[in-house]
Amino acid sequence: MSFTILGTGSYVPQKILTNDDMSKFLDTSDEWIAERTGIRQRRVSVDEHTSDMAYKAAIKAMEEANVKPEELDMILCATITPENASPSVAIMVQKMIGATCPAMDISAACSGFIYVLETAAGFFARKKAKKMLVIGAERLTKMLNWNDRGTCVIFADGAGAVVLGEGDDYLSSKIGAKGDDDIIKIPNHIGLSPYFEREAEEPYINMKGREVYKYAVNHMCMDIKDVLEQANLTQEDASFVIPHQANLRIIEAVAKKLSIPEERFCHNIEKYGNTSSASIPIMLDEMNKENKLKKGDYIVFCAVGGGLTTGASVIRWSK
Amino acid sequence: MVLEKVTEILKNYSDTEGVNITKETTFKDLGIDSLDFVEILMELEEKLSIELEIEENFATIGELVNYIEQKLK
Repeated sequence: MSFTILGTGSYVPQKILTNDDMSKFLDTSDEWIAERTGIRQRRVSVDEHTSDMAYKAAIKAMEEANVKPEELDMILCATITPENASPSVAIMVQKMIGATCPAMDISAACSGFIYVLETAAGFFARKKAKKMLVIGAERLTKMLNWNDRGTCVIFADGAGAVVLGEGDDYLSSKIGAKGDDDIIKIPNHIGLSPYFEREAEEPYINMKGREVYKYAVNHMCMDIKDVLEQANLTQEDASFVIPHQANLRIIEAVAKKLSIPEERFCHNIEKYGNTSSASIPIMLDEMNKENKLKKGDYIVFCAVGGGLTTGASVIRWSK
Repeated sequence: MVLEKVTEILKNYSDTEGVNITKETTFKDLGIDSLDFVEILMELEEKLSIELEIEENFATIGELVNYIEQKLK
């Protein structure tokens, strides 16, 4: 016993920031950003916290799933940008939708949604849950150095949610981690303790882009192959690959190295930038709402993120 | 030998037909950006069975060739 997907939902803030908008305060251009990342525009929150976006994605997913808040047995949210250390984003969502079940956040950066699915599968396997709400939600724009053209053009805000019910559609999975705080690091505020003597680090996203690229391309290729094999499927069997929307160049490089046709690799990074743990459920919801998914389709998720964390899974679409 | 390997790989990332690639040619001349460069290093790592420092910057083909030759010693 694992789970099946009952409904999906997503939400992105209204404010659109184009590459041209960013060129007004950064030494960059639409061409430079688009060529290196694929991104043309992104969404930026002006008055919504991470949990507000998570809530808006969640109610859409629950509507489609026709699941009421009181039916939920657990809420999990992948995020690295909660507005509070406590309560968690998942609990804020519990409060806003009027559910009464336990809820918690999971921190695995851009691989967060894959980690959340893996955790959810455990609850279903132990028959601890019949219905779960899983979310990926981020307001990454609060952690950007807006003078660093290498990172601030990439990351953005948004949320995606999925309602899960009992079923057998989670076919295979793999999660991994390699402790490294050199390639990607996002320090927190150090606090105001008069006793703490360590030097404060700037609380912004620091990233070595080339190292990330190399690690991501290698790992995504390996993990996609592994989870398909685990599910007794060939690369040709994969109906769609929904990779974390890190960078279009990474997605294209992975597609080129595998024998899955390139058009099966889904991307919307052009419109939304990199929304970390939210990117996979946003993309899934977009595919679902555009009726691109057919019953019996095999969908491969894969991600690489800060940590470094990695993960991939295969699900069968049964709606 | 290294220069030949590099030149061969460069063909996949830039239209090098008719271009005389020498040690003085720059990556910029060939329209190769930083992420193409990572791909080129990854291919070299695989073909030559070595590990290369990805964050290293090289302006010319010659600088990259020298770096690799040092690594192979």
